[in-house]
Amino acid sequence: MTDFLRARALPLATVTAMLLAAWYVAAYVLNAPQAEALMDPDGPQGFWAVLQAVWSMDRPVLPTPDQIATNLLNSIFNNPITSPRNFLLQTFYTAQTAVTGLALGAIFGIALATGIVHSRVLDRSVMPWVIGSQTIPILAIAPMVMVALGNIGFTGLAPKAAIVGYLSFFPITVGMVKGLRSPEPMQLDLMRTYNASRTAIFTKLRWPVSMAFLLPALKVAVALSVTGAIVAELPTGATVGLGARLLAGSYYGQTFMMWGALVLASALALTLIGIVRLAEFWLRHARGGRL
Amino acid sequence: MNVIEAEKLNIVFNAADRPVVALQDVDLTVAEGDFVSLIGPSGCGKTTLLRAIADLTPLTSGDLRVNGISAEEARRQRAYGYVFQAPALFPWRNITRNITLPLELLKMPKPAREQRAAENMELLGLSAFGRKFPWQLSGGMQQRVSIARALSFKPSLLLMDEPFGALDEITRDNLNLHLHELWRRTGMTCVFVTHSIPEAVFLSTRIVVMSPRPGRVLKIIETTLPAVRQLDLRETPAFIAIAHQVREALREGHSYD
Repeated sequence: MTDFLRARALPLATVTAMLLAAWYVAAYVLNAPQAEALMDPDGPQGFWAVLQAVWSMDRPVLPTPDQIATNLLNSIFNNPITSPRNFLLQTFYTAQTAVTGLALGAIFGIALATGIVHSRVLDRSVMPWVIGSQTIPILAIAPMVMVALGNIGFTGLAPKAAIVGYLSFFPITVGMVKGLRSPEPMQLDLMRTYNASRTAIFTKLRWPVSMAFLLPALKVAVALSVTGAIVAELPTGATVGLGARLLAGSYYGQTFMMWGALVLASALALTLIGIVRLAEFWLRHARGGRL
Repeated sequence: MNVIEAEKLNIVFNAADRPVVALQDVDLTVAEGDFVSLIGPSGCGKTTLLRAIADLTPLTSGDLRVNGISAEEARRQRAYGYVFQAPALFPWRNITRNITLPLELLKMPKPAREQRAAENMELLGLSAFGRKFPWQLSGGMQQRVSIARALSFKPSLLLMDEPFGALDEITRDNLNLHLHELWRRTGMTCVFVTHSIPEAVFLSTRIVVMSPRPGRVLKIIETTLPAVRQLDLRETPAFIAIAHQVREALREGHSYD
């Protein structure tokens, strides 16, 4: 245990402490000019007075971690869960978009990879488009998707999930094409000696072997899905979701709002990655300790 | 009845610069219950011949019958079990489930599959390892599993491609003995590729000596050794005489050049 502390926890804690210290210093340096300008000229002056003023700013340029945390907890516990001021509700909307889009992207990505692996024509014709699709900036395509889908009656979750799907199918397709092609020639020969059908080769060999590729691809897709969900929430006229809060915060100089959204977006991504890791852990366990 | 009948088999691979003749005018018959070894140096086409019998490599020309039908039809009827150079186990399946893989493909119900796997593990001394995973076993154990897997659906023909090539000599001796007893007890037909002279002489009823460039059959040696064999047979004059014949045949084929 002490070895573990020394090897892992201590370096991490040191770096964290240094980052926090740098953050507080930066917060003071960035906020002090504004705080000084707002100070009562007849009141007390000097370093401690400025520090106190920095501490109690409503809209600091760079809020400190404790201010962000206080503000976030305040938003979560002092508002009803149904209030748009409650960050948990906004996180729920973003999570809904991310998870729905991720499911769409995974289904589409796996289906596409299966097609590519089994058909030379698809391999030649579709793969360049798959790669090409990711060269278009998502920020450019998101508003167009919203407008186009909105015109044919899809509003709310569907167009946002479509944007997330568009981002997250890519790592899954690429990973699964590689994964489904990863059986060794000898393993494929073996299946041939059993006169196994294409379906049997897929379910008994290609699919299980590709799990070692699907899970890392899913982790990348999860990270993309949260980014995608936030981008998808920007052009909707800023109504719901962490993306909308981020946009509103930047409009009105509400740094707390922006930082709150940021913290929860990263917490959301970490939670989703945790779920993938849980699946990975379970699969590893079922396979005797190796993936 | 002849299990394998090959006449004037030719297999040519189109390599980058020029075609490579892997097999040239190979004739071979294997009778039911025979244990035939294919022996020769690397590149003599012994593995190619075995793969052709298994319909894993297509013929360029010639006539090949397995169980009286074409090699492809025989493969479709799952006429043979095949043991590869490497165990080729599925690492995500435990030993029992590796052995039941072909039975799953045959849609055998689960209790029957497990019953059969248990029998085969017993046969190969694997009973204690059913729940282990392939990477938890030694190379020799893994190759036993792959033999158990090949035997699981009770094929009457067993094709083996240098199954013990990667193993140490002690393990190899042990598995040779095991394989010999298995063959004697089941009466199945075996075709066995090897580059070890003692292994070929110990196991076989007939030894097919092959030579490279182009791959062809040099000589077929019938053994006069007793049907029931123990490892110390290898020190007897009869054994040494046959091993000598094999070595001479290989020398004639310039295999030692």
